[in-house]
Amino acid sequence: MSAGTLSAFERSLRRLDVESIRTTPEELDDALASVTLDPVVGAPLPFADCSLPDWVPTDPTPAELDSAKTGVTAAELAIADYGSVVIRATPDATEQVSLFCDRHVAVVRAEDVVPGMPEAFERFAEWTENGDSAIVATGPSATADMGALVKGAHGPKEVYVVVLE
Amino acid sequence: MSSTREEKAARIRHFLATEGDAVAEGTRGFNAGRYDSVEKLDEYEELKERARAIKEDAIERLPELVDQLRESVEANGGTLYVADDADEANRYIREIAEEQGAETLVKSKSMTTEELEVNDELRAAGVDVVETDLGEWVLQLADEAPSHIVAPAIHKSREGIAELFEATFELDEPLETAEELTMFAREKLGERIAEADVGMTGANFIAADSGTLLLVTSEGNARKSVVVPETHVAVAGVEKIVPSVRDFQPFVELIGRSGTGQDITSYVSLLTPPVDSPTVDFDAPDVPMTDRETERDGGSVPSRASDREFHLVLVDNGRMAMREDEQLKETLYCIRCSACANSCGNFQSVGGHVFGGETYSGGIATGWEAGIEGLDVAAEFNDLCTGCSRCVNACPVKIDVPWINTVVRDRLNRGEDGKLDFLVEGLTPDAEPGGLDIGKRFFGNFSTIAKLGSATAPVSNWLAGTRPARRLLAETVGVDPRRDLPSFRRETFRTWFERRGGSEVPPARARREAVVYPDLYTNHVHVERGKAAVKTLEALDVHVVVPDVPSSGRAPLSQGMVSTAERHAHDVYAALAEHIDADRDLVVVEPSDLAMFRREYEKFLAPKSFERLDMHSYEVMEYVYGLLHAGAEPTLLSGADDPGSGDVAAGVAYHSHCQQRTLGLESYTIAVLEDLGYDVVTSETECCGMAGSFGYKSEYYELSMDVGEPIREQFEAADAADRTVVASGTSCLEQLDALLSRPTQHPVELVAPR
Repeated sequence: MSAGTLSAFERSLRRLDVESIRTTPEELDDALASVTLDPVVGAPLPFADCSLPDWVPTDPTPAELDSAKTGVTAAELAIADYGSVVIRATPDATEQVSLFCDRHVAVVRAEDVVPGMPEAFERFAEWTENGDSAIVATGPSATADMGALVKGAHGPKEVYVVVLE
Repeated sequence: MSSTREEKAARIRHFLATEGDAVAEGTRGFNAGRYDSVEKLDEYEELKERARAIKEDAIERLPELVDQLRESVEANGGTLYVADDADEANRYIREIAEEQGAETLVKSKSMTTEELEVNDELRAAGVDVVETDLGEWVLQLADEAPSHIVAPAIHKSREGIAELFEATFELDEPLETAEELTMFAREKLGERIAEADVGMTGANFIAADSGTLLLVTSEGNARKSVVVPETHVAVAGVEKIVPSVRDFQPFVELIGRSGTGQDITSYVSLLTPPVDSPTVDFDAPDVPMTDRETERDGGSVPSRASDREFHLVLVDNGRMAMREDEQLKETLYCIRCSACANSCGNFQSVGGHVFGGETYSGGIATGWEAGIEGLDVAAEFNDLCTGCSRCVNACPVKIDVPWINTVVRDRLNRGEDGKLDFLVEGLTPDAEPGGLDIGKRFFGNFSTIAKLGSATAPVSNWLAGTRPARRLLAETVGVDPRRDLPSFRRETFRTWFERRGGSEVPPARARREAVVYPDLYTNHVHVERGKAAVKTLEALDVHVVVPDVPSSGRAPLSQGMVSTAERHAHDVYAALAEHIDADRDLVVVEPSDLAMFRREYEKFLAPKSFERLDMHSYEVMEYVYGLLHAGAEPTLLSGADDPGSGDVAAGVAYHSHCQQRTLGLESYTIAVLEDLGYDVVTSETECCGMAGSFGYKSEYYELSMDVGEPIREQFEAADAADRTVVASGTSCLEQLDALLSRPTQHPVELVAPR
């Protein structure tokens, strides 16, 4: 991943009105503290060099999921051209945590930001060959069905992206 | 007007009044968004080529891909069922619901399930079916059908939805803003999703090699419908299969841009079901979702994910037969993006409830309905395609939508039984079946009428303008009395040219030699633009010939008289072949005729003949542009600052022509006018609403005028009201004459030496 790709990703996020912050694994705790609203739920990060802070409970119950304001998950891939984060459908409920809360905070490693869709599809093909699933999420949930554009139709109203350098 | 015409006109008038504004705002917004979004995409044409190639290949190999997909789905632990028709599909889906003891089934929008009418079947079995797409849910509450492929409730206004919610639910206080309405729907639907036993979705694409489904949504309803309940049923037309997940890529980049003008929709799910996400059991709200109890494959697997059940129902319902049909086969390449609807002038005015058949709507719907429901259903709205071709470049898989409409029209003509009126019979020397609708036959044989009209002018014009004649025309062939008829000229363009002794530029000192094609309108009606074309070319040292060439066949083609149009193609090529051999360029004034030579003739002529005609033909202003850029002297033409330009304003309001724009020719006219010092404003509208004979027809007259309304507003606005109006097509000129109070002309008349 080049520096150009990362800044292209951030530009795309700005176009989508999605706030992003760059941080390091060591500073992740503080970064998350600045973009989460309580109650928070999370799905464990599948990254070797860092994990969610203790104050982000994982393995939520349906009731906790339903009442949480913020959901924190990993995005194992991001696409610079579109400002998309890619959520995997994992057994530890990553998809639900990214979908049910009004605010979704996606944690992305800088090296996982690819320039465009062709590069992303190389990864998707590997995943799906192994029977896995993934969601390319670009900005918040939206609808124009009620006469004007509204954010947060079935999914989150706001998305934040935390980039780990 | 006959009673059926009157009924149709009344129906169109009703929808213009009730749904027209909402549909216009939505579709025009989507369409403008499409232009903006594809503009930013460097590889747009390349992506379309790839998308097209993937679909061609997939449909070709479809039976093999179905087998491969079955293996993939079963290897993943799901079931694949191929249903021959709607009954089979519905029965299978009902049985799944019954086996699950399902009380509630949540649906994420799927046109295929609309086609099957599966909701009725499920409701009869006692299953409560809830649409989760907000627009679709509104329609379910209102008991209405979708009017658009991707925005099903586009015809509903915010106020209408607010009233509907008010009438359906006991609200403490009324909901007003889009935000309030959306949050209300989200909450209600969230409750229904939480209690659902089965989630049913469509699929935009399916990969044969892995069994992965691609689902495109903005709201997230498909995600919730899949992830919450234990059982997922996906229902899709069998044509949705592509070989591999990599093949999804061009479509992911094209589908949102093409349909709603979004670079990408909020969510693109690549699901390889049964998915690994645990189910969400809201009946056990305090049990953690990732309750790891089961050991499987040597590791810990959440019990809730392993409970999942997946069924893929592939629906044939006429599709495999369409695959065998050379003309309808292209329909199967459709990715249901709605670009053909959004780019259609008529659809922008009246929407799917007039345009649509039973399920699908928009331009491509004729193909779908003909293949799935039959010709009778397709007939209802096939007429609304004017063949303007504005959808052709909009389609991300490059389907020739107008051609499919023409073919279906031809089949309808041949399928109809009836007697010909002897009055029309004398005017219709065509190769069409006896049952052909009289109106179609009249418009399709315009060449005979034009010849007769010129031969007997001015008597024919006076006669045609009389009240009894207009009544006869209205009653027999449906020509609307409010529309001015073309005024035939006694001296045709060709006789003028012969009388002056041919070209004033002898071949010996000519830069080039060109045939000016004497199309029907230029020859019999708009003779001035023919003269202007000749004078313009001669001023630039071109030796001109105007030979006797048959009409292009555009008029019969528009009426679906394909074999008659084909005969014209052969005759035209025969008449022009020697001129092409003699290295003469073919200059065409009427854009719809040029489009015949460059597009439709490909279906009629031998490939080499088509290529020669295509290579040697030019739109008149394109040709002038070429001459000027090859060194011809622009001062020999009339510029904006010329003394004696008289009442011609230097400001020009220019409306290109649908087919001319599809061929990418609009820019030449603008460039020539600007080179000559004119200040040009171009029309922003997709179509003027006339498209050939469309506006003449009494049932469509009002629709035609409504489609033309935006161009009238633009050209009468303060910054354009003083400008000289020019338009390239005959139909556009006639429509602008009807819409505006000032005169119109062809751009070549503006630049011809005065």
